[in-house]
Formats: sequence, C-alpha cells, structure tokens
Amino acid sequence: MNLHEYQSKQLFAEFGIPVPRGVAADSPDAAVAATENLGGDLWVVKAQVHAGGRGKAGGVKLARSAEEVREYATEMLGTQLVTHQSGPEGLPVNVVYVEEGSEIDRELYLSMLVDREVSKISFIASAAGGMDIEQVAAETPEQIFTVAVSADAGLQPYQARQLAFGLGLDKKQSRQFADLISKLYRLFCECDASLVEVNPLIVTKAGDVLALDAKINIEDNALFRQARLMEMRDPSQEDPKEREAAEHDLNYVSLDGNIACMVNGAGLAMATMDLIKLHGGEPANFLDVGGGATSERVAAAFKLILSNKNVSAILVNIFGGIVRCDLIAQGIVSAVKEVGVGVPVVVRLEGTNVDKGRELLAESGFDIISAEDLTDAAQKAVAASGS
Amino acid sequence: MSILVNKESKIICQGITGNQGSFHTEQCIDYGTNVVAGVTPGRGGEEHLGVPVYDTMREAVAETGADVSMIYVPAPFAADAILEAADSGVELIVCITEGIPVLDMVKVKSALASYDCRLIGPNCPGIITPGECKIGIMPGFIHQKGKIGVVSRSGTLTYEAVYQTTQNGLGQSTCVGIGGDPVRGMNFIDCLELFQADPETEGVVMVGEIGGTDEEAAAEFIQSNVTKPVVAYIAGVTAPPGKRMGHAGAIIAGGKGTAEDKFRALDAAGVATVRSPAELGSKMQELLNK
Repeated sequence: MNLHEYQSKQLFAEFGIPVPRGVAADSPDAAVAATENLGGDLWVVKAQVHAGGRGKAGGVKLARSAEEVREYATEMLGTQLVTHQSGPEGLPVNVVYVEEGSEIDRELYLSMLVDREVSKISFIASAAGGMDIEQVAAETPEQIFTVAVSADAGLQPYQARQLAFGLGLDKKQSRQFADLISKLYRLFCECDASLVEVNPLIVTKAGDVLALDAKINIEDNALFRQARLMEMRDPSQEDPKEREAAEHDLNYVSLDGNIACMVNGAGLAMATMDLIKLHGGEPANFLDVGGGATSERVAAAFKLILSNKNVSAILVNIFGGIVRCDLIAQGIVSAVKEVGVGVPVVVRLEGTNVDKGRELLAESGFDIISAEDLTDAAQKAVAASGS
Repeated sequence: MSILVNKESKIICQGITGNQGSFHTEQCIDYGTNVVAGVTPGRGGEEHLGVPVYDTMREAVAETGADVSMIYVPAPFAADAILEAADSGVELIVCITEGIPVLDMVKVKSALASYDCRLIGPNCPGIITPGECKIGIMPGFIHQKGKIGVVSRSGTLTYEAVYQTTQNGLGQSTCVGIGGDPVRGMNFIDCLELFQADPETEGVVMVGEIGGTDEEAAAEFIQSNVTKPVVAYIAGVTAPPGKRMGHAGAIIAGGKGTAEDKFRALDAAGVATVRSPAELGSKMQELLNK
C-alpha cells in the first residue's frame, strides 16, 4: 500500500524526522488558508498522487503569493496528473500539499528497503539527489553508498558515518544525519514499510539536513497489524479492476493485450501469459484465482476479465492440486450462464478430478473449446482471439 | 536416496488442529508420510487425526524424536512458530504459510543463523520424496518415484514439471518448492548442491520467476559446481515492471529481476533453458538420452 507525500511527512514528523511545515488542502480556498497558516512569502504547491515524476509533469509549483497558490491549486485539483510512472490515463489529484519554501544548498538521495539478497533492511544514499536513482546506479555506481542493517544488532554508528562521509556532510550535518536515519530505521520497522524514499534529502542554505520529499510504501502482508495506516489508504489512486479483484481475493494485474487469462497459482499465471506471447498473442491480464477457487470466485473472475472491452478470447488454465477440476468446471459453466460470455473460451484442465471436469464442460452445451495441454491451449486461444 | 526427507523422516505438524493444518495433514498421512505428532498451544493432551497433540514443540520433539516440522500456522503467528521449531532441535522446518510480513522473516532469517537447521518456505507447496514422504499441499498422485530433482519458486509450475516428468517416465527423486516470498529459507543453490550430491538424482529441473537475483546466483553456481544436466524455465517474460505478480517476491524492481536477465545468465552458464514450461519434461529427456 502506498502513502501520499503529505501522509508520509506526517509520519516523519511523528518520528521526529525534520520536514518542512505544510498543510494538505482539498480546495483552492483551503490552499490559500494554508499560506496564512504557514506564513512566509514562498510556498510550494504539490499535487498528491501515487506516482513519481510529478515535478516534470507540472505537479510541483513554486508560488510567491497567495494568489499564485490559488491559481496552481485550481489548476491541479480535480485533474488527472500524467507522469512517467502514472500510466497514460494519469492519477486523480484530490489533494494538494502546500508547503513552506526551503532554501536548498545541496540535494541528496536516501532510501530504505528490504534487500532480498542479504535478507536485511538496507539504506541507500547518494550525493546525486533529485535524480533518478536507477540512472545514477547504472551510470555512476561509485556515487551510491549502501549499508545493510543486522536485524539483531540494529543500525550502528559506523554505518551512519559511512553514509555521511560518502555524502560529504560536515560534522554538524553528519550528527543530524545519524539522528535522522536512526529515526527512519525505527519508522521503517514500526510501520512495516517495504520502501522509504527521500528524494531529495537536502542540506539547507543554513546548513541543516531536511527531508524535502517523502515516499512510504507499507507492506501489504503486514497491514493486519497496521490498522491506523490502513486508514490512510486512498482507493482513488488504485486501478479500479485491481481493487475489485482484491475484494474477491483474486490477484489481478491489467495488461494491454486482448487474450484474458484465468489461472490457479501465480507462477502458472505468469507462465500462461508468456505462452500466449510465445505463440503470437498478447495477454490482457494476469489473474491468479488462488488455491481455494470456488465457483463464486470463478464467476467473479469472469466478470472481472470481461469488464475489459479489449478482450476477444479467454484462456482458462487450471492445474488442480488442492482445487478440484470438477469444481472449477462447475464455476465456469455457471459463470458462462450468469455473465453471458460473448467471446471464445479455451479451457485446459489437468490434475485432481480432471475427467469429471472435462465431462461437465462437454455436457454444458456451451461452446467451450477444450485444450489438451499447455501448448495446445495457448495456440487455440491465440487462434480464437483472431490475433 | 533422495534429499532432505525420506521414509525415515518423522514429522510434527504445527497448527494441526486448524482448518488448513487438519486438511493437509490428513492428506499427508494418507500418502504415507510418518506424521508422529501435532502442536497447538492449549490443545496439549488431545488426539487429532490419530496422533497426539502437544502444547509446545520442545515437548513434542522430546516425546516423539521427530526431526521435521511442517507449519500451517496463520501468518501473524508463523514467524514465532518457525523459531519455536528451530529451538526444539528439528533439522528441517517446512513453512507452508502464505502472507508472513517480510520484516518478520528478516528477523527469523537472522535468528536461524544460530541454529543447525534448514528452512523451506514460507509461502511454498512444501517438499515431497515420491512414494516415501509428502510434506505440504502438493497433489501426491501426480508424482512418481524416479530420477529428476525439481526445485521451484512456484507451486503450480512445480506441478507442471512433475506431471511432465511423470508422463515421460523419468519420475522425481525429490521436489522442493522453495516459495514465492522475497525473504525465505532454502534457495536454488542449497537445493542444487544437495541434488548434485544425491546419487539417485540424474538431472534437475529448476523453475524460477521474476524478482530478485537468485536465479542469476544459481546460474553461476551451476557453472562451477553442477555436473548433472539442469533444465531451467523462468516465468514472467510478459510481466510489467513495478507490478507484483501474485507472489510477494515476484516483482521487477529498479530494473532488476527481469525474466530476460535470468534467462541470459542461465544461458551464459550453459544451462538448458526452455522458453515454454510445456517443454520442461521433454528437454530433460533429451538431455538424459544424449
């Protein structure tokens, strides 16, 4: 689950991490009121969407008067912001964050994540702040400094020094930085974060270290114990189909093609997409119906994939282990009856109770194309889709 | 021979009285697995599925001499269950549970370093030595005793590899589902090392997927340490970057972990890769006939 910048900064402030003062506003009036609240004569108006690259997309504006703040807030609120990370349709701007201006001397980069190669929480820092860190990693890897924290011992002072020296901070800034990352480490652990990114982390003209941007992702598996953070969820930033899928315990990801897939198991679901591509088609989605697929869930899955108007064929690929093929077949038949599937359906069943399952499909009277194996299924689906 | 488990293995099920634990333990017992006890705190002294239930792992191990634990404990309590198993002295822990918070697993991995035991999973189908011992949720009937070792991050793709090697008569020595989480116990390399040393295993089918760099590490390991034929497939060529594909660990992040990178590393290491999972069995047969 992603948090907005303003929510992330609220958490930063709670953990004692220095951030500029700011106010979230959902109307131009509220944005103007925020400037009075904050005082000063320079503000930044920032569109709150779950995507990076806002600056280049016009989602971050510097304002020198309350009128300018009103102008920018009016421009942004109620629109879709398209950035290089948002997808072509963009994401809705329902909130802007009005922040006091900061005087920047240096821009740095700082992030934290779980490094799967060493099974530890890692800090990544670079003096090349404000830039795309993947580009920095590819072009000038010597500018990137990484430390991995022992889960037993915790973050050590030498690790903070290593990063601070790497970033070229002076003595006072190094002390501030060490304090900041120890607080970030606490936040990461206590909030069950999967990613914290501060890009940029700045040194102000006054010589202080400050988190100018903040991005926090919370790990989905840990949401059961993060009730308070769950309340920060913003469904308007999520893909509506993926959201609906999650409500039915389905794993769904939208893709650009025209052959829909319904599969049990994440690995087999990916492999099914790959097979479609291998045989000349384009998959319309990733969909894992899971191990405990019931006929209701199969029906929900059918509705979901059919809501994509690009779909011109459906490939159902089930290897029945825990899930029984006859149950899946029943689900397919009742879904076809209930939803009224207007496109060809290719079904490959294998595993537990496969004969009974195939029999049910054959007797259903519906025009379901039965496939012998993986390759046959993919070929038939591609042929049926007309692509 | 086989790796890790055989007919001598004595298994305790943690979470035996729960829905999942009950259902799958019964299937394991039906398959012939030697399940000797269950553990559910507060249910000690009862009998379930014909085996005694204990309150703690220490007690269960002391009473039965078990050497393997199979875990179906719900995700919020699973990390604790893994560490309790490690502390009880079992040699192998198989954690089926899906959805354990990754920071719990970071702590577990760190703590396990001080025990002499192995962990398979979490978020995995388990391990099976056909005809001897099934620990997990895989359908037993598709397996056949034989000579191929299978190691995979995905459950249903493991079944595909198994089904194909059963169909063409090769059969399996042992199949290990190492699981779809980013932080987990045994990895490809650990399993490849054991398969290489196992006289019964003549070839290895390895199934990877997008996310992380474990397949790349395995490719390097195979090149210098594995003389047996290895056939590999990677799922997720068509997966878009930045999207989690079902498994917590199946995500292309920061340009790392693409299927193409993994295929390239495996090809460079001389591993026989297949672009279609339907060819895992036939490719292995071809290599063994050479």
